[in-house]
Amino acid sequence: MKDTPAQSSPIITLENVEKYYGDYHALRGISAEIGQGEFFSLLGPSGCGKTTLLRTIAGFEALSSGRLTIDGRDMAGVPANKRPTNMVFQSYAIFPHLSVAENVGFGLRRAPLSKAEKARAVGEALEMVGLAGYGARAAHALSGGQRQRVALARALILKPKVLLLDEPLSALDKKLREQMQLELRRLQRQVGITFILVTHDQEEALIMSDRIAVMFEGQIAQLDAPQMLYRRPVTRQVGEFIGVMNFLPARATMTDQDHIEVEASGLGRAVIGPDQVPGGFHPGQTASVGIRPETMSILFAGETTDRRVATGIVEDRAYYGDMTYYEVRLEGVERPMTISMKNLVGRPVLDRGAEARVAWDAGSLVLFA
Amino acid sequence: MSESKALPKLGQSEAAQGYLLIAPPLLYALALLAVPLGAIVLFSFWSQDYLTLDHALTLKNYREAFSEPLYGQLLLRSLMISGAVTVVTVLSAFPIAYFVSFHVAPGRKSMWIFLITIPFWTSYLIRVFLWKVILGYNGVLNTTLQGLGFIDEPLTFILYNANAVVITLAHAFAPFAILPIFVALEKIDRSLLEAGRDLGESHLMTFWRVTLPLAMPGVVAAVLIVFIPTVGDYVTPRLVGGPGGLMIANMIQTQFLKLNNAPMGAALAVLAMAMVTAVSILFILINRRFLKGSK
Repeated sequence: MKDTPAQSSPIITLENVEKYYGDYHALRGISAEIGQGEFFSLLGPSGCGKTTLLRTIAGFEALSSGRLTIDGRDMAGVPANKRPTNMVFQSYAIFPHLSVAENVGFGLRRAPLSKAEKARAVGEALEMVGLAGYGARAAHALSGGQRQRVALARALILKPKVLLLDEPLSALDKKLREQMQLELRRLQRQVGITFILVTHDQEEALIMSDRIAVMFEGQIAQLDAPQMLYRRPVTRQVGEFIGVMNFLPARATMTDQDHIEVEASGLGRAVIGPDQVPGGFHPGQTASVGIRPETMSILFAGETTDRRVATGIVEDRAYYGDMTYYEVRLEGVERPMTISMKNLVGRPVLDRGAEARVAWDAGSLVLFA
Repeated sequence: MSESKALPKLGQSEAAQGYLLIAPPLLYALALLAVPLGAIVLFSFWSQDYLTLDHALTLKNYREAFSEPLYGQLLLRSLMISGAVTVVTVLSAFPIAYFVSFHVAPGRKSMWIFLITIPFWTSYLIRVFLWKVILGYNGVLNTTLQGLGFIDEPLTFILYNANAVVITLAHAFAPFAILPIFVALEKIDRSLLEAGRDLGESHLMTFWRVTLPLAMPGVVAAVLIVFIPTVGDYVTPRLVGGPGGLMIANMIQTQFLKLNNAPMGAALAVLAMAMVTAVSILFILINRRFLKGSK
């Protein structure tokens, strides 16, 4: 597996990081480099170790073995309060006995600033997160979105090398979450600090990140830019976790260095390049091909194409207004596959049981073998 | 339309039903708390000459209470002793509550709390007597220390004086202080402590800036729970206090039972209550300040 390297010099390096809780093996040999100024996401289902990894970087959990450096310094034995990282907690952890300004200024106690300078820094931090004038409010009088902004201001005011965000948007409603995603991204570009975001929401990770580490069971399954993750997942598991992917049983043979011949049930024969086997080709194993719903299209009456065409029956459809999702069962295939179609002007919506011609391209296949 | 709405009968309106429901405990509380309290206040404005009560209202008792230095001295000593008891109890209860809340596995906490309440299984009186056995001239503590060669003469400053009262009461009230502090500590979101560390503070400073302020409501509750009953305690000073450890409650008892001066005893009781009320209000105001931030 070859991961996409960081674009800039690394601020964090992880070498073979292991973490045990008693017998439970939470992190299994994590190695990665996170670049200066990068928006990096740890994405995975709950229990995959992403939060544990974030907490080891923050210094709340000690490594069982392996090495962690931040800004070139080995972090072994360095407690959380001495690390150049700050965290936005999932619960936001706003101090209930302090006002908004006192919360934001909490970490400035030992900063060599005068009272007036500290007050100004607090004011600027609040302004940066859009809470100018909220300083005197009691912490408990804030809404969820405001608490999150306070947590952000409180962490960013200390100008950390790395900002750690533990599922910061999961407690917000959908509208606010989408707004905060863009705002966080903007904030990250503005301050230029490395952000590490933990999330289980693949869409959120795709929208916000420069690179994403997809984690399953304590390991990084793939570390890549969002587009690569989506288009070239290295395993079926990654392909399934990120977006929707259809899988078809297939047989594959390597004809030469640059060509692999694939026989996928329902679609037929195709020749693909080695870049379409991102997980590497292992002949003799049961193979399958993956194809994304939007890379295929249904040919409506009278439409012609020079793309490859397969035929099937519409088993079900879901109408979303802008899109229609069809469940089409190709001839000779057991499970129906999902095809998404934009509802362009003049395009009909096929009914269940209708015959469908499906256009596809060899170039959008991904082989798992 | 239902009939009851047209003709509301007694006991059918919501308020009347509520009163009916609380009537038994309300009557009980009135008969056993409010009436005696009223009687004490009334008594304090009467006077007594040996066996005859003079029902004419007078401020004579209060004048005497303020002019006779013994009473003031006893009141002051009661305040000092229960203040000391409160300080000792709360200061020793805090580490215990902290330990149980932060360092005992969640599954074991209820067992620890259960163990802490074990002293309540024996009567208060027996526990006071046991302290006599422990602290006495030939008591457990002195013979042990002498046997180990740490002291030549038995320690005498630990029994029949104010120290003994403080030690005994602090032990008796320890669980009352541990429990509210424990509850306050349990309510603290642990991520707040991580946030404190994350923002650059050491364990000690996080305790000082986060844990302690958030535990203050529990500490204030503990202070009140210990302070209020110990001011009026008279068993412990009577048994282990000696002449120098007597408190205002002992004088009230003497006035009522030995000197046949119930009005004077009542006046002292009212003064003691006023004092406790003043101190309690002070602490409640302090608590308001700490509760301001949370709900």
